[in-house]
This record gives sequence, structure tokens and C-alpha cells, in this order.
Amino acid sequence: MGQYARNRLLLTIPVLIGVSLLTFSILHLIPGDPVQMLLGDMGGGSAAGDLSEDAYNNLREQLGLDDPIPVQYLNYAANAARGDFGRSFQTNRPVRDSIVEVLPYTFQLTVVGLGFAIVLGGGLGIIAALRHNTWVDRLTMMVSLGGLAMPSFWLGFVLIQVFALRLQVLPSTGSEGIATLILPAATLGLVASGVVARLVRSTMLEVLRQEYVVTARAKGLGERVVILRHALRNALIPVVTIVGLQFGALLAGAVIVETVFARRGLGRLAVEAILRRDFPMVQGTILVAAVGYVIVNLIVDLSYAWLDPRIKYG
Amino acid sequence: MAVSQGAPAQPLLLRAEAGASGDRRLQALHRLLRHRGAVIGFVLLLVMILAALTAPLLTGYDPIKINPPVRNQAPGGEHWFGTDQFGRDIFTRVVYGARISLPVGFIAVGIAAVVGLALGLLAGYYGKLLDAAIMRVIDVMLAFPGILLALVVVAILGPSLVNVMIAVGISEIPRYTRLVRGSVLSAKENLYVDAARVTGVRDLAILARHILPNVIGPIVVLATLSLGTAILAAAGLSFLGLGAQPPNPEWGAMLADGRQSLGSQWWISTMPGLAIAITVLAVNMAGDGLRDVLDPRLRV
Repeated sequence: MGQYARNRLLLTIPVLIGVSLLTFSILHLIPGDPVQMLLGDMGGGSAAGDLSEDAYNNLREQLGLDDPIPVQYLNYAANAARGDFGRSFQTNRPVRDSIVEVLPYTFQLTVVGLGFAIVLGGGLGIIAALRHNTWVDRLTMMVSLGGLAMPSFWLGFVLIQVFALRLQVLPSTGSEGIATLILPAATLGLVASGVVARLVRSTMLEVLRQEYVVTARAKGLGERVVILRHALRNALIPVVTIVGLQFGALLAGAVIVETVFARRGLGRLAVEAILRRDFPMVQGTILVAAVGYVIVNLIVDLSYAWLDPRIKYG
Repeated sequence: MAVSQGAPAQPLLLRAEAGASGDRRLQALHRLLRHRGAVIGFVLLLVMILAALTAPLLTGYDPIKINPPVRNQAPGGEHWFGTDQFGRDIFTRVVYGARISLPVGFIAVGIAAVVGLALGLLAGYYGKLLDAAIMRVIDVMLAFPGILLALVVVAILGPSLVNVMIAVGISEIPRYTRLVRGSVLSAKENLYVDAARVTGVRDLAILARHILPNVIGPIVVLATLSLGTAILAAAGLSFLGLGAQPPNPEWGAMLADGRQSLGSQWWISTMPGLAIAITVLAVNMAGDGLRDVLDPRLRV
């Protein structure tokens, strides 16, 4: 376990370096001159005449664009490691402040969405497995296949129509309070629950065939006890894996769901930054999202090894 | 695969083998035709493709021209799917939208499959340093959830439909590379590969003639399954305003169009949403069926 944990930890280092290289290169791969773009955005073009030369050089130096590329990368990585992502082209505020502001909203959304997916998808998966090869099983799998095909933005619209506009029981937009969280989290969770249901069903089917389940039944335990105490416990181990697998999907879903529900969050911040060509903001949001994803996967891998002692890691 | 009658004298054994593989293909086709989900999926997909191809025959309306007198009409006899806030027929726009959304999916998958295949072949066949270098890059790409990677590409290239295709294509490359590399590693162990190498066949010929056939099956399955993902991702990016721009009848962009009138004119966003869902469902059913028939152990 210790050995495995150390290896797994070491493995994240090259990945983090790669991630930071990728976000760093955004500014250098865009067609055109970032300084010109920034000046164009701020100056509006008209008064730029005599100012431009000085302003241009100052800004270029301020952004460190005169340094050799490797030096620029090292500076960028060192700053990013300290949480300094530069200033927004748009508002001139530190990118970090904007990110810190919205991070809790995205965190709430993904966690509640994940909970929704696990409860709904897990429940459906277990029912399908217990009623294997019946119409219940087939219907559940049909529905979950349909869920996989559902565009989250469309599902969000449907939920808004039903619950916000027709029934008027929940707000359709906004970021404050628990009520605004329900529809976006349900949208995220519904889409993810299809995958969860399929995975839980197949592991549950496998577990139900295990000898210890057969033994439990043979010694006369009630079906409830067999399912709850013997089968379910072991079938739930892969749920941890699901968390890791689905977290990426949820993060991706958050990008869209936040826009659908006009909710504050990291995804919406990133999309708006791209539309406004606010590159420090793009770099910051994407780096933070990717690092979050890497960390969650690390935790999942470690806890998986800890949860399932049958697996020996080298 | 039919063996040409006039072929120059071929060793008997080889011809017999070709016949056997032809039988296997026929058997696979039979099994596919008995797979209910796959048949439904392929038929639906075919209908979509035909609708896209024959769009001008299916509807007399123009997908883009504004027609204010008939704006915001509910679905009915004249306008099956209703009209939008500019008086454009939604059915027409959905049908013409298939001409955008389907090719976008196919092209994105094409980019991913071709680049992923090339990288996977190189990494798997040559191994060592090249393998290590390619797979580290792939690992980093996998560290990004697909849409984040696509966002990076769109951020660099700028928002447009073409760039969305490229972005989605790039974000799907890692899955292909991993799959191909794995298949190549196991195919390389075959005796006939050693035999070919010993008799001096060039690497490129070995790759093309002896390795590639082992990889094609899994690639076809993955391509079909990832077509749905690609269509969804592209529509999502267009929905966010990063892809197709109005007045293009791209499904994701149409959905975004209908946002303002969600309460009063539900059909404006519902119809393109249904089109996306049905298309992706069809593709997924077809892909599931193909996997069951071609490679049941494949987990992609």
C-alpha cells in the first residue's frame, strides 16, 4: 500500500507538469499578438496613436513576454503554484480572486449532482440486477441508455419548463440558496445516473454469483439480509471508482449546466473568458479545473486500494 | 470478401483462408442483423442520414430566411414542429441541421480515429522511447476531461464550427491511441509477424498488412460509440456559443436560440433537443450492437 501510494503520487508529477505546459502554451499558440489584443481591448483603439509605443513595450515587459520561452514557463509555473494566475485582460482583477469566488458554487453543484447520480443510478442498478432479465431490468437499462444520449443542456431546459415555469416550485436561474441548486444538480445527476446504473447493475450481478452470497443463502438467511449485508456491501466498492470516472463528466457537465441555469461557477467563468478572449482567465480556470480533476482521481485511486484489500499493488 | 475468379494462381491454403474469413464476416453480419438494438440504431441513423441528404425534397421552406408574419407558431399542420421567433420553420431547420451536426460528428471522429490510430501504431509497434514519449503525452491529455481539452483548443483557435470539429476530434484522440496500442502489442506477438520480419518485409508493410487488420475491429466499435459523444460535445460547444453561429441551423445553436422563449414557445428548443437525443441514442444502440457482435470483451 505504501509503495503503491508513493508510486501513484509520483505519477501525478509529470501529469501536473504537462497540464501546466498546456495551459501555459495557450497564450503562445493563439494567432496574433497578445499585447496588441490586450491594448485593443483596453484602449478602444482611438487614443492609441502616440501612446502605443510606450504602452506596448511596458505591457510586454509587464507580461514578461520578452524573456526566453523556458524562463517564461518557469515563471508561469512558479506563480501558478502560488495561486497567482495573473490579471484578467477584461477587468484587470487578479484571476485568482474571480476563481476563488466561484469555486464553492461549482463544488456544491458537482457534489450534490454526484450524490444524486449515486442514489438514483445506484438504486436503479440494484433493482435491475435483482430483477435480472425481466422487463424491469430491460426498462431500466433502456432508460439509462436514453439518459446517456440526453444532452444535458436540453434536459436542463425541460426541467426549467416543468418545475420553474409550469409548476413554479423552483427557481430557474440564480446561484444563492439551496433552492437554486436543486434543478442544476438534478440535471447533472440525471445525466450521470445512466452510467452509474449500468455499472452498479453489472457489478451487482457479478457479486450475486459469488460463493459467499450462495453460502449466505444456503445457511438460510433472509433475502433482505443477503442483499443488504453480503451483496450490497461488496457491490458498492466500485462506486468509488464511479466517483472518479464521473467527476470528469460532472465537471464537463458543470460547464454547460452553469450556463443553462445562469449560475455562477468555474465552467461559466471559463466559457465567458473564451468568448471574450480573456486569456489569463482562460488559463487560470482551465488549470484549476484540470488540477482538481487530477487530485480527485488521485484520491479515488488511493482510497480504492485502501478499500479493497484483495488487490495487491506493486 | 469475395475471391476474384480470375486471380493468378494463389496457393490453395491462402484461398481457403480467405473464404473462411469471408464466412466469418457473413456470420458477424447475421448476428448483427439479429441484434434488435443494433438494427433499430442503424435504421434510425440511416433515416437521419437520408433526411439530411434529401432535405430540400422533404420541405419547401428555407432554413435561414426570416418570415416575420408566421413567427412563434405552435406545431401544427402547416409547420409540423412550429416556427421560431423569426418565423422560420423548425422542422426545416432540424432537417437542415442534420446536414451540419452529422458531418461534424463524423469528421471529429475521423480526426480522432486517424491521429489516434497513427500514434497507437507507432507507440505499440516501435515501443521503447517513442512509446514512452507518445504515451506520456496521452496521459496528460487524459488528465483533462474531454470538454476541458476541447475548450483549450477552441480558446486557442477561436470559436467556430470548424474549430469545434478539430477540438472535439483532438479531445477524443487518447482513447483511440490507448486502444490501438494495446491491440498492436498483442498482435505483435503473432508468429506471422515474426515470420514477416525475418523474411525482410519492411516495417510499413508489416504494419499495414499484418498488424492493421487486427486493429480495425476495435477501432470501428470505438468510432461508432464515440460518434455519439462527439455529436453531443459539438452540440454542447455550439450551445455555449463557441461553435456554429446563428443563423446556422446547428442543433446546439438552435437550442440556445430557444432559451428566451422557454416558457411560451417550448418547441423552439425542444425539437432540436429531441433530434440530438434520438441521433445519439441511435448511434449508441448501433455501437453497443457492433461491440456485442465484433468484440464482446471490449470495454470502451
